[in-house]
Amino acid sequence: MESRARAGEAMIRTETITGRAAPWEAALIAAILIAGGFLTVFGAAFATDPMFKVQMYMAMAGFVLGLGGLTFWLGQDRAEQATRYHDNVVKAGVIASMFWGIAGLLVGVVIALQLSFPNLFYFPDLGWTNFGRLRPLHTSAVIFAFGGNVLIATSFYVVQRTSRARLAGGLWPWFVFWGYQAFIVMAGTGYLMGVTQGREYAEPPWYADLWLTLVWVVYLLVFLATLWKREEKHIYVANWFYLAFIVTIAMLHIVNNLAMPISFADWFSYSAFAGVQDALTQWWYGHNAVGFFLTAGFLGIMYYFIPKQANRPVYSYRLSIIHFWALIFLYIWAGPHHLHYTALPQWAQTLGATFSVMLWMPSWGGMINGLMTLSGAWDKLRTDPVLRMMVVSVAFYGMSTFEGPMMSVRTVNALSHYTDWTIGHVHSGALGWVGFVSFGALYCLTPWLWKRERLHSNALVEWHFWIATIGIVLYITAMWVAGIMQGLMWRAYDQLGFLQYSFVETVEAMHPYYIIRALGGLLYLAGALLMAYNLWRTARGDAPARAPVPHAVPAE
Amino acid sequence: MSASDNEPREIDAHSGQATTGHEWDGVKELDTPLPRWWLYIFYATIVAAVIYWVLMPAWPLVNGYTKGVLNYSDRRIVMENVGALETARAADYARLRDASFDDIIADQSLQEFALAAGEAAFGDNCATCHGAGGAGAPGYPSLADNVWIWGGTLADIEHTITVGVRSGHPQARFSQMPAFGRDGLLAPRQIADVTEYVLSLSEARRRAAPDAAAAARGAIVYAEQCAICHGANAAGDRAQGAPSLVDDIWLYGGSREEVRRQIETGRGGVMPNWDRRFDPGLIRALAVYVYAQGGGEPDAPAPASSATETPAGE
Repeated sequence: MESRARAGEAMIRTETITGRAAPWEAALIAAILIAGGFLTVFGAAFATDPMFKVQMYMAMAGFVLGLGGLTFWLGQDRAEQATRYHDNVVKAGVIASMFWGIAGLLVGVVIALQLSFPNLFYFPDLGWTNFGRLRPLHTSAVIFAFGGNVLIATSFYVVQRTSRARLAGGLWPWFVFWGYQAFIVMAGTGYLMGVTQGREYAEPPWYADLWLTLVWVVYLLVFLATLWKREEKHIYVANWFYLAFIVTIAMLHIVNNLAMPISFADWFSYSAFAGVQDALTQWWYGHNAVGFFLTAGFLGIMYYFIPKQANRPVYSYRLSIIHFWALIFLYIWAGPHHLHYTALPQWAQTLGATFSVMLWMPSWGGMINGLMTLSGAWDKLRTDPVLRMMVVSVAFYGMSTFEGPMMSVRTVNALSHYTDWTIGHVHSGALGWVGFVSFGALYCLTPWLWKRERLHSNALVEWHFWIATIGIVLYITAMWVAGIMQGLMWRAYDQLGFLQYSFVETVEAMHPYYIIRALGGLLYLAGALLMAYNLWRTARGDAPARAPVPHAVPAE
Repeated sequence: MSASDNEPREIDAHSGQATTGHEWDGVKELDTPLPRWWLYIFYATIVAAVIYWVLMPAWPLVNGYTKGVLNYSDRRIVMENVGALETARAADYARLRDASFDDIIADQSLQEFALAAGEAAFGDNCATCHGAGGAGAPGYPSLADNVWIWGGTLADIEHTITVGVRSGHPQARFSQMPAFGRDGLLAPRQIADVTEYVLSLSEARRRAAPDAAAAARGAIVYAEQCAICHGANAAGDRAQGAPSLVDDIWLYGGSREEVRRQIETGRGGVMPNWDRRFDPGLIRALAVYVYAQGGGEPDAPAPASSATETPAGE
């Protein structure tokens, strides 16, 4: 009865939102699902490869489940759904983010342990648990499953609030949500079976890529249509970043995955590119996945949630414009810095390095805007661990966006490339920036969406913050030391010009740092588990763990 | 600047800065100018990039690319460095290639060169299987002891490295132990017996306490099936690559189970022929390094060695 009262309160404008448009939308979605289902039947029937057959049966099950879900939705009372804002899909996104986040971090801890104790965590009878299978599962789970769900959920939330418009497209946001989950499951199970394109962060096979393309175009249309019907004169800066993220990821995904399947009854395909051009295409994609997925999208989160939680205006509108366009223009050139001292022509390496260096200040523009928004509200960092988490994430963003341009300088790269310094750099960005700003957003969203006064427990957020921060520090310092040591050992020569260390000696030297790294990852995972518990209790509506402390008065 | 509407803009009380006059879901923006330090560092990075473009290869053209005023080329510099290193070492490698064993023993500097070159090549190519320092692993013989399957003189070692073992090289070291169990050459009972006998031959008998009756039966099987390669006295035959069975050093393990399994399956590993990748000078250096790990044998056959033992190869 309580929920009904809340729904009624939110039913402000029901006239345009009643289910009139739904039947033909539902029919189109049903047609997509049925067509997909038929294709998978043919795929399974003619499969020349057992793994492709399994994947086709899985996809078939997905399409059948989709049709079932559609039928269920049509049978529901749609007046209930005619709320001011479409928040159920955002709630689903919050739950999915938490689920995939924990799954991805868990796999990360497992592979960190495999590197630390290769004899203990090696299971020859379970080939799918090998590092080579689990590593892409980890990266895809944390970037695309966790990060992607956070981005989709927050973008759907933010675009509605800052446009004062209900999410466009009726049922289509649900298609985006479930279609994206289906992509994740297809990709992840494929990796475990050995189905992979072998392109970093773009491992899913051609049929999963095609499906994601469809889902992503629908996502773009839903987002654009919502902006189109906005009731604000201007488009808020967070939405520029979200839009840049959606558009650019579509372009990167399509170009990098151009490939010819060896048969439409087999998962394997050949890339449209060859040799160093293939490598450059891959890293043009790979680096811009960092730039537009892990940076632009999460800056969108920062630009809404930090001013909202701090209750302060954004520091500088001008800075947001300049750093947005500079970031968009410069990032797209930076990819070649992943191929320093390779067969890539040196002029391309020069461009990659110089554009990366020029990217430093545009990145810091975002950091300045995030940090300086706190101006006038710094005291809140003491009392609000959620805000502190997001502010620390911006600090990590600043640190990694200084480290990145530095590592892209060829002489620095000569030492850092192929070492675990790179892994440390990625994780200071991933755990510190992307992880913390996402956690902050989820901590904000859960009470807002489930209409709770506050989180179940602020103390647990404090614990999460400190455990995870210590975890990150352990992780990145271990990888800095290990990486630089590794790089120095690789380039050490004796007086006759022979290499001083064999590769395996450098591996041996990494052992203690690998253990520290695994410990750091374990702490980070533990923090995420605390968070999941806290969010679950919050959503359930459990009373706060402690009586709220009267507002803390800063000591004078 | 963006507040095109002419209404007066709200001033933020804390910073004294004007807002842009817009509000989204309660979020406002200040119209703070760009931080100067930010702008100047941004300009500086652009200037640095332009200077770098002028100096270094940078922009693609229709044909080729801008070479840069320094005329710098990674490719050329790497070729020059590699060339310089090869030239610097050429004399030492040539000396090594032509040196006899005694020459190397006598020439301290040549020895040092060979050991350094050998160690570097060993660590990244051989240690993968043979272990650090040639300590060995199941299926991969130890190179640090004085027990050799194909001979331990410098020439033997060098030849093994050159042609490999079961490598497909025309002169490869080749031996083939039959899979007595898998191919049904011996009954399980006979294999059990001969296992006991083999265990009784070496120091392994102290650990394994072989069954005397079974070992006696196994001795007959051994004489019929195994002695032709491993020798009647089980001392092995390097000419055929048949290891000694009396020394308690085992390629595939010395427990009862492991010995039986080897008789059943007759495993034999592959060692690549390194003449595909290394030139003769480096192979000689590797041979010196392996020789020096502790087990190298002098050129002349050791006086105590068995009569069946002949230097293999060449």
